[in-house]
Amino acid sequence: MRILIPGAAGAIARKVALRLKDEGHEVVGLDRRPWVDPPIEFHEVDIRKRAAEDVFRKVRPQAMVHMATVTSLVVTGEERYQINLGGTRAVFEYAREYGAEHCIFVGRHTFYGAGPDSPLFHKEDEPPLELNRFPELADLVAADLYAAAALWRSPLLATTVLRFCYTLGPSSHGTLAGFLRGKRVPLVLGFDPLFQFLHEDDVVRAIVLTLGKRPRGVFNVAGPQSLPLSRVIKEAGRTPVSLPEFVLSGMLGRFGFPKLPSGAVTHLKYPVVVDARAFREQTGFAHQHDEIETIRAFREAVPPPP
Amino acid sequence: MRIDKQVREAVDRLELPFNDLGIDPFGVAKADLRIWGTMVAAFYRYYFSVRTQGIENVPTRGRAMLVGNHSGGIAIDAAMVAVSCLLEMNPPRLAQGMAERFINRVPFLGSWASRTGHLTGLPEHAERLLEDDRLLMVFPEGARGTAKLFNERNSLVEFGSGFVRLALKTKAPIVPFAVLGGGEAFPTIANAYKLGRAFGLPYIPVVAYGIPLPLPAKIEIEYAAPMHFSGTGNEDDAVVHGYVEKVKEVIAGMIHAGAGRRRGEPAQLTGGRS
Repeated sequence: MRILIPGAAGAIARKVALRLKDEGHEVVGLDRRPWVDPPIEFHEVDIRKRAAEDVFRKVRPQAMVHMATVTSLVVTGEERYQINLGGTRAVFEYAREYGAEHCIFVGRHTFYGAGPDSPLFHKEDEPPLELNRFPELADLVAADLYAAAALWRSPLLATTVLRFCYTLGPSSHGTLAGFLRGKRVPLVLGFDPLFQFLHEDDVVRAIVLTLGKRPRGVFNVAGPQSLPLSRVIKEAGRTPVSLPEFVLSGMLGRFGFPKLPSGAVTHLKYPVVVDARAFREQTGFAHQHDEIETIRAFREAVPPPP
Repeated sequence: MRIDKQVREAVDRLELPFNDLGIDPFGVAKADLRIWGTMVAAFYRYYFSVRTQGIENVPTRGRAMLVGNHSGGIAIDAAMVAVSCLLEMNPPRLAQGMAERFINRVPFLGSWASRTGHLTGLPEHAERLLEDDRLLMVFPEGARGTAKLFNERNSLVEFGSGFVRLALKTKAPIVPFAVLGGGEAFPTIANAYKLGRAFGLPYIPVVAYGIPLPLPAKIEIEYAAPMHFSGTGNEDDAVVHGYVEKVKEVIAGMIHAGAGRRRGEPAQLTGGRS
C-alpha cells in the first residue's frame, strides 16, 4: 500500500514510517521540519503550501496518516491555528482529491478537557466540555471535529479519528515526557489527577493496526490503566513538588519548571481518562507495555538530571 | 502512622484489580485505603462503638447497590458503612460512594475521596462501577439527607429515583441499610446555607455545643435482605416510584424499629432481616 504521512519527521511518526516500510509498504513522508538521511521518500514541505499538494498529486497515496498537528506547548498563536485547522483541511482535501481510500487523523485525548464535573472515563460521543478552561486547545478540538466530519462529507473515504492518551517512552517525546523531563515536577497542592499514557511502541502498533483494519469512526486509544500523577513522577525518578495553585501558575516556565499555558493547570488538577474499549473491539488492539514498564522505559532513556 | 493490623489484612484481601503499585483502574490506592481505614476503624470501634447487623445480606461478590438513609450532619454514616464492609465482611469489600460534586473542587478532599474509591456523584460513574461488579453505596436522600436536623433524625426525606433506574439497567440487587445514631452523634440544630455557599459547600451544619465535631454517640447499622427488581431502567415514573417506595419502606421499617429499640422499647420484628 502507498501511504503518505504528513508530519513524518516527528519522533513517533518516524517510528510509524519505519515500521510500515519494514512491513513492505511504500511510505512517503511530508514535514516542514527536516529529516536528515530519511530511510523513506521524504519531502521537506509545509502542508499549508502548494508544494504539499504536488506531493499528493505525484504520490497518489492509498492511505494517509495525518500526524502534522501541534500542541500549544510547541507552537503558539495564530500559526498553530493555521497548522492545525488549515493544514488538516488541506491534507483531507488533497487525500480525497487524489484518490485516497483511508485517512487517519492522529488526535489527542485532551479533546475532552479536564474539569471537576467531568466523568472519569470519556466515551467517543462526548462533546468537548471544558474548552473555556483551556482555550489553547480549541484549534486541536476543531481539527478533530473537522476530520470526523469527513465521515459524512466524503462517505467514500474511510476516515478514522484516533484520540490517543499521552505518549511516553524512550524517545522522550510528547507533552507528558516534556512535563516530566526536569528533576522536580510540579503538582497543584491538594490535587493528584489520574494520568493515562501509552508506550510509544504501542502507539505505533495502534496506528499500523488501524491502517490494516480501516475502522470508520472516532476512537479513543489507550492501553494500561492510569496512575495518579504523583506516582508517575515518583516512578520516573523525579521529585514531586506540590505548590498552591496561585504559586504554581506564577512559577511555570521559571526555576526549572516546565512552561505551560495557564489553562494547562486544570489538567494538573483533574484527570483526562478515556474509555478505549471501542477501539479494542474494532481492531483487536492490545498494549504490550504496562504502565510501570512504560515509565521505566522513559526513566532509563531520560534519567533525572543530577 | 501505624497502620491497623486488621485494616491492613482486609485491604490486602480486597478482590480489586490492583496493579503492582497498589492502584486500581479507578485510581483507588491501597496505601490511602490503609490510612483511611485505620483512622475510620478507630472511630468505628471505640468512638461510635458501631454495632452492625445483617452484614451477611451484602453479597460477597458481584455488583450490588447499598441504599440507605443519611444520619448525621456530615458524612460519618458513609464512612461507617464503608468500614463495616471492610472489617465485617469475609472476604472484605470496598463500598464505593458517590461524592457530592463540591468535594472534587476542594483541595485534598477531592483526591482523597478518589483514592479511597468515592468518585464524583455522576450517573456515568455509578453505572461504570456496577458494570465492573463493584459494591456501590448510595444515599438517595442526597445532601437534603445530611441536612436533617436533630429532631428529624429518625425520618427520611424524599428519595431520588435514579438509583432504581440504575439498578434496573445494570441488573444490580439493592441491599437496603439503615444507619441510626448519626443524628445523636452530630445533633444539627440549624444549617448555615449562605455561609456554606461562600465556602463552596452546600451548607455548614451548626451544633448547639459550637464545635462542629461529632459526639461519641452509639451508631447502629443494619442491612436488610437484597431486593431484586427486574426491568430495563426505562420504565414509567409510576413504576419506578413504586420500587423506590418499596426500598424506602424497608429502610423506614429498620429505622423505626431501631429507634424504638434505642428508647428501650421491646424488640419488634424489623421486617428487614431475612
